[in-house]
Amino acid sequence: MSATILLWAITFAQIMLAIAMVLALARMIKGPRAQDRVLGLDTLYVNSMLLILVFGIRTGNTLYFEVSLIIGILGFVATVALAKFLMRGEVIE
Amino acid sequence: MNHVTDLPLWVAWLVAAFLFIGAGLTLTGSFGLYRLSSFYDRIHAPTLGTSWGTAAIVLASIIYFSALQSRPVFHEILIGIFVTITTPVTFMLLGRAALYRDRSENNPEVPAMDLPKDILDKLKLADKTESVYLESGERE
Repeated sequence: MSATILLWAITFAQIMLAIAMVLALARMIKGPRAQDRVLGLDTLYVNSMLLILVFGIRTGNTLYFEVSLIIGILGFVATVALAKFLMRGEVIE
Repeated sequence: MNHVTDLPLWVAWLVAAFLFIGAGLTLTGSFGLYRLSSFYDRIHAPTLGTSWGTAAIVLASIIYFSALQSRPVFHEILIGIFVTITTPVTFMLLGRAALYRDRSENNPEVPAMDLPKDILDKLKLADKTESVYLESGERE
């Protein structure tokens, strides 16, 4: 019984997060300006991080926690670097 | 999913509810990012996913692994803390960059630069006595 509940909830959460990733990707492709694309990329990073966390619950393996932590850190660094580039035209001055 | 057959029922319901809340809020935030009309509206929407979307899924993960391994498992809280700290930083930087770009293009939809009053007074004075101001500026 508890396995059935969890399986349905996890599948549903994965579908919703996948749709959220598609929406963020659509915003990244559509633009219209560079800052919108950076915002879409940041949302895509966060959504993929959550998707991998849910995948870790599905498999019962704590290895996926580290994967999603690394994705979170890389997403933060990427967005800060891109925002800096939009502001100054250079990342490291 | 063979490893979860011995989980108590209330744990399963709790994890399912938190997963549903987290994924639903993240979907709402991404839908807002897709749907809203201007950048300054859109920058608010994904924070739904980075605040309670992340917190609910992290809570679900904590509850699930604590019940599965019969001991408190708290390392997922790292992701929650990290995302909570970094999201305001990134979005403030991005919003500032967008505002700077819009202002440098003289976009009429964003508010103009709001200088402090003493600097404005100095600028007005500089308009009247332009040569004096320029001379003193060059000397520095």
